[in-house]
Amino acid sequence: MTGLKGRLTPYLLILPGGLWLTAFFAIPLIFMASVSLMTGNLIDGFTQTWHWQNYTDAIGTYGDKIVRSLWYGLLATAACIALAYPAAYWIAFKGGRHKSTWLFLLLLPFFVSFVLRTISWKLVLTDNGPVLGPLKSWGLLPDGFHVLDSGFAVVSGLTYNFLPFMILPIYVALERIDYRVIEAAYDLYAGRFEAFRRVVLPLSLPGVFAGVIMTFVPVTSDYVNASVLGGPGNTMIGNVIQSEYFTQSNYHTASALSFALMALLLAGIFAYARALGTKDVLEAAAR
Amino acid sequence: MTDTSPAPVRDDPGRADTAVPAIELAGVRKSYVSHGETVAAVRGVDLRIGQGEFFSLLGPSGCGKTTTMRMIAGFEEPTAGEVYLHGQSVTGVPANKRDVNMVFQSYALFPHMSVFENVAFGLRRRGVAKNEIRQRVGDILEIVDLTGREKRRPSEMSGGQQQRVALARALVNRPRALLLDEPLGALDLKLRQAMQVELKRIQREVGITFVYVTHDQGEALTMSDRIAVMNDGLVEQLGSPREIYERPATKFVAGFIGTSNLLSGTVTELSGRDAVLSYGDDGRIVVPLREDQTAGAGDALEVTVRPEKIEIVGERPAGGGSAVPATVAEVVYLGTSTNYLVTTADGTEVTVFMQNANNSDDVAERGDRVWLAWEPRHSYAIGGGANGVRGDAPKAAV
Repeated sequence: MTGLKGRLTPYLLILPGGLWLTAFFAIPLIFMASVSLMTGNLIDGFTQTWHWQNYTDAIGTYGDKIVRSLWYGLLATAACIALAYPAAYWIAFKGGRHKSTWLFLLLLPFFVSFVLRTISWKLVLTDNGPVLGPLKSWGLLPDGFHVLDSGFAVVSGLTYNFLPFMILPIYVALERIDYRVIEAAYDLYAGRFEAFRRVVLPLSLPGVFAGVIMTFVPVTSDYVNASVLGGPGNTMIGNVIQSEYFTQSNYHTASALSFALMALLLAGIFAYARALGTKDVLEAAAR
Repeated sequence: MTDTSPAPVRDDPGRADTAVPAIELAGVRKSYVSHGETVAAVRGVDLRIGQGEFFSLLGPSGCGKTTTMRMIAGFEEPTAGEVYLHGQSVTGVPANKRDVNMVFQSYALFPHMSVFENVAFGLRRRGVAKNEIRQRVGDILEIVDLTGREKRRPSEMSGGQQQRVALARALVNRPRALLLDEPLGALDLKLRQAMQVELKRIQREVGITFVYVTHDQGEALTMSDRIAVMNDGLVEQLGSPREIYERPATKFVAGFIGTSNLLSGTVTELSGRDAVLSYGDDGRIVVPLREDQTAGAGDALEVTVRPEKIEIVGERPAGGGSAVPATVAEVVYLGTSTNYLVTTADGTEVTVFMQNANNSDDVAERGDRVWLAWEPRHSYAIGGGANGVRGDAPKAAV
């Protein structure tokens, strides 16, 4: 092949995407990192003072919100796995000729705006709404009973909104399993449960792994669900960042919180990948 | 296990009783409903496969051989009929409770496990002690020549090695029968031939009944003790490789196994158990009839003869053999032999192989008018009698 041109081709292919990411991801990120170390206010302006204390101040003030976000993230991710796995399993193995129809039906609500869907949850679950209202008037629930403004409502909303990001990777992993491998397990004296535990589950774990990353990260930093379905006691770190940035104009605090959260999530995912993403874990699960 | 066993239950695989077949199929049928239509995959198969036998199910794709094997393995239940393993009916017994193991066409190795774990899988499921697992896996890997590869992943191995892992994974359980579904299909020709010899050696070494499904007639002929040739959901012929090749019972078997020539003529007379047919203007064919075959003067009959049994001569041969006039259409020199494609009076094409042993010169050239001669005992009448074909079938077919 033509030497130079051949060697340049991969770089030329990466150029448009690379430029895009540089302009809209890398540069803003560096800018944000710089802002997180500034001091000042909106009126007097911000100056770069390498004020690392922004971080300790922010974490000190909002540490409980960070912990709550991680906790909600864990709960919602676990709920997503519990709901997504059986659904993905059913579509992959029992869906027959209509697999794509089932997948489409499952994803259909997600063609509607994320915010709109969350607000419709609020309308349904509101204190005297179509669900709780009749139950209360029939005396089945006490008058003070409510679903909204609770951690349960926020985690439920998060679970619902991010479910497809769990179903799709699990479905893809299950769908890729050669059915003859499962038959081989039956042939080698495994019952239905053993075949699932030793063969299907370990072979689908990469899908669960991908699903966890794709749900846990956005769920933990989400602010829509907490602001629509939650109350003052269920604030997540995403709400704090949003308010610090857009309402209080404390750009340095918002930036510091964003970076602290990012570092936490990266460290968490990295540890998770180290612990679960290796061949040895898959093999241990199969033994 | 089932409690509806009509035959006495035998629990000791060690004392193999040759009177009880390892596998028996009695009137086995299987039909599927597909798009509202019932499709018969297996239309009544009776087989008795003996202890330690290398038995092949041979046939083209869609003949029902794989379905038959899957019913033995327990992946499919027969629509009608019974499967017996060592005299015991296994109707309703799931695959994981049957004492047979399968080698899958694409190996179906567990991709997330090492070679050792793949092979140990069946033993672990049966709760075999750890020391014994190590011992038995080590032994079987030695037999299949994979010692030292225990830690490899299937994806890190060649096709031939994966094939042997699949074999070891099944054999390590010491099943009463091993079912092999086109196990060499994915290998290239050279490796396939080496594995044929290897499989035969392993089978002798472990002494387990092998049921081998293949569409490759060469493979079946080389390896099997007996072959069942299947077509359209039925067994066309059951016999040793030699019987199947030399004496095909049906037109299908004659055509499917090796190259075969098929000539049709009209019976002029019967001479003892031989039928004499007139062919063309002055040719004649003499063919022995099997005991179950009948034919009378005036019946049309089809005769099959293998290419290597025919001799090409220049003059009408004397004596009581077959003699058919023909014209040479093509001559193909192949080194050790020469292929002749000749055309008879009624336009039938006949292939003739002649060894280039003594004469390096061709016996005939394109366009020559020659005579084809062969011994009556090398040709077989197709149809005409029992074995699923009535005596007057050829006449009705004309």
